[in-house]
Amino acid sequence: MNLAEGVQIVSFGILAAAVLISALGVVLLKNVVYSAFLLGGSFISMAGLYFLLNADFVAAAQVLVYVGAINVLILFAIMLVNKQEEYAVVKGAGVRQVATALVCLGLFALLGTMVVSTPWAISSVTPAGDGSIVTIGIHFFTDFLLPFELVSVLLLIALVGAIVLARREFVPENLSPSGEDEALMLPERPREMVSSRDDK
Amino acid sequence: MQLQYFLLIAAALFCIGVFGLVTSRNAVRVLMSIELMLNAVNLNLMAFSNYVDPKEIKGQVFTTFIIAIAAAEAAVGLAIVLAIYRNRDTVDMEQFNLLKW
Repeated sequence: MNLAEGVQIVSFGILAAAVLISALGVVLLKNVVYSAFLLGGSFISMAGLYFLLNADFVAAAQVLVYVGAINVLILFAIMLVNKQEEYAVVKGAGVRQVATALVCLGLFALLGTMVVSTPWAISSVTPAGDGSIVTIGIHFFTDFLLPFELVSVLLLIALVGAIVLARREFVPENLSPSGEDEALMLPERPREMVSSRDDK
Repeated sequence: MQLQYFLLIAAALFCIGVFGLVTSRNAVRVLMSIELMLNAVNLNLMAFSNYVDPKEIKGQVFTTFIIAIAAAEAAVGLAIVLAIYRNRDTVDMEQFNLLKW
């Protein structure tokens, strides 16, 4: 990263503030759609922080996968389950929130003191920088080859599992006892179509 | 720029994620909080890989793995949310007590 020290510090401050504020918005806002968009903002600011850490490949992957895939998936899920409902009041919800906030603040204090007080073994070697993608590729195909292949299998499993979970429920009585073809067709319970609003 | 700044940001983000995970009522927001926590872990790994291990950058390799696993987790988690919404007709976490004695 060939940026002056001042530029780095200023952009770090802006990006860190963006990450933390949008993360707080994700957690605290009432409307879940706003939360999803703020989550995208948080992911993009996080990619900026990765650029400050000399990791251009991971920053690009962060934008592609998190913002392009996960955030869009979350938005789709919100649109599919978005029912405006008033949640039933739960006894002691306020106490629960205050207790959780205290625990989280305590955890942050603990982690903060640990981070500040530990003498980290900072290396003085020049970072890989622009050659980072070459180094990552070498790692993927030499010493991390098995995890790399396992991740590809895991992605396939997750894909199949998500489809099986999210499709409509299986109706066994529609199956004929002989037909293997029907079993492979994964029949779904017929649903009445939602009428368009002009019909009324 | 110092390592400690990045670690503090990651710790704060992780704590925000824990808070959202425990307190949210909406199931989709719980998944978003999990993504925030995974991002905090990623930031930790990236900071260590840049400042402690700048030659080998194994932290970036691990971050790439975590990004892939987070994608799988989000897909399966949202599918579960859809299925449970179909069964229960709500996304309120307080009413998901199917497996609670």
